[in-house]
Amino acid sequence: MYSRPFHYHRAKSLAEASALLAQLGEGARVLAGGQSLIPLMKLRLASPTHLVDLNFIPKLSYVEKDSKTIRLGAMTRHTDIESSAVAQEIPILKDCAAGIADVQVRNRGTLGGSLAEADPSGDWGPVLLTLSTQVRAVGPQGERTIQLSDFFVDAYTTSLGPGELVREVVVEIPPKNSGGAYLAFKRCAPVYASASVAVQLTLDDKNICRQARMALGCVGLTAIRPGEAERALQGQTINRSSIEAAAEAARAAADPQPDMRGSAELKRELVGVLVRRAIVIAVRRARGERVEGGHIYA
Amino acid sequence: MPERIARVPIRVKVNGKDYSLEVEPRLLLVDLLREELDLTGTHVGCDTTYCGACTVLLNGASVKSCTVFAVQADQGEVLTVEGLAENDKLHPIQQAFADHHGLQCGFCTPGLLLSTLQLLAKNPHPSEQEIRKGLAGNTCRCTGYQNILKSVQAAAQAGRT
Repeated sequence: MYSRPFHYHRAKSLAEASALLAQLGEGARVLAGGQSLIPLMKLRLASPTHLVDLNFIPKLSYVEKDSKTIRLGAMTRHTDIESSAVAQEIPILKDCAAGIADVQVRNRGTLGGSLAEADPSGDWGPVLLTLSTQVRAVGPQGERTIQLSDFFVDAYTTSLGPGELVREVVVEIPPKNSGGAYLAFKRCAPVYASASVAVQLTLDDKNICRQARMALGCVGLTAIRPGEAERALQGQTINRSSIEAAAEAARAAADPQPDMRGSAELKRELVGVLVRRAIVIAVRRARGERVEGGHIYA
Repeated sequence: MPERIARVPIRVKVNGKDYSLEVEPRLLLVDLLREELDLTGTHVGCDTTYCGACTVLLNGASVKSCTVFAVQADQGEVLTVEGLAENDKLHPIQQAFADHHGLQCGFCTPGLLLSTLQLLAKNPHPSEQEIRKGLAGNTCRCTGYQNILKSVQAAAQAGRT
């Protein structure tokens, strides 16, 4: 299958890409990993008249860590995050990076592209919303920093302006005694999940949960932070009753739509199951145990 | 189209051989291989980034060549199924698939061979679980995957000796 014809522009820098986008206008789109855009173009659900390719811009793929933060370049491929030392230290990143679609897609797909596409079923959104995450963007007006919570506006819609591009994603390293988990349920590898849950907890010495963050994927127009569910854990001992309260609140916060990936009832049910499992894994990881998380195939 | 689309000059090395050509931007890597270079071993299965029949290695990384534009392979190296055997000697992965009936109709096989090559390059001794996960982006409608699993295990074993 062929996309409609388009003009191809190979940017040598993000500044040049941004200038090109501003100059070419509405018909121009950015080509990052292309693993969503190219299929959409082939199905002619998207027909940009110009593509600005970011793949030949040097130094946009990196995972760097200092004492407080991790910085990830916009064009860092999922596979490079999966194999990074940082993903070993912060298991929720590994859960996500190692399970997106399949090997071939992870070899091409990028972090910046995934965030900027803002697919309601995207994996990075819920995961990074449970960490303190900022997006550094460059555009015609220069550079600015956007809190990830302000970045997702609606399905396929971000707060990036015309000609503005993700340059880097900055994640704060969680305090000690923290643990997180990302669980996504999907029918088979290459498809998006039917439902996904990210949980990030910080415990104190007495095993009381000091901070709880949670995000639900695939069950709303953007990833959902279920505030009630977080409050059901915060300040509490994590036990059967607080887990149950959190799962119930998360189910209530979900706003699933029926589609080929499952009925609304199934997705809501999955949210409850995944929240319970993710909390248990997060707690064990906060205590330093090594536990498997990630994508579950039906 | 109101305006003419400029063709883009690319240089690409495929199975060790250099090619220079001009391509339309929307030409897919799989069609560059099949239609322009006559390398029809790489198959188009679903054409929707699902089945993995079109898997090739681009700069050492397995990709679905139906989901990469040929212009993106510029200055790059591609390995297809035609590049696996040396002279008339099958690659150990090909031999393992032949020995263990890792194929029936053979349509998905070129993609599976390249995905297996990618898997074993990163993880020479994968567990059964790791093999299943490593090949999750390749669909086979004949075998039920059992003999593919055996073939990959045999190829890993052959690599050990």
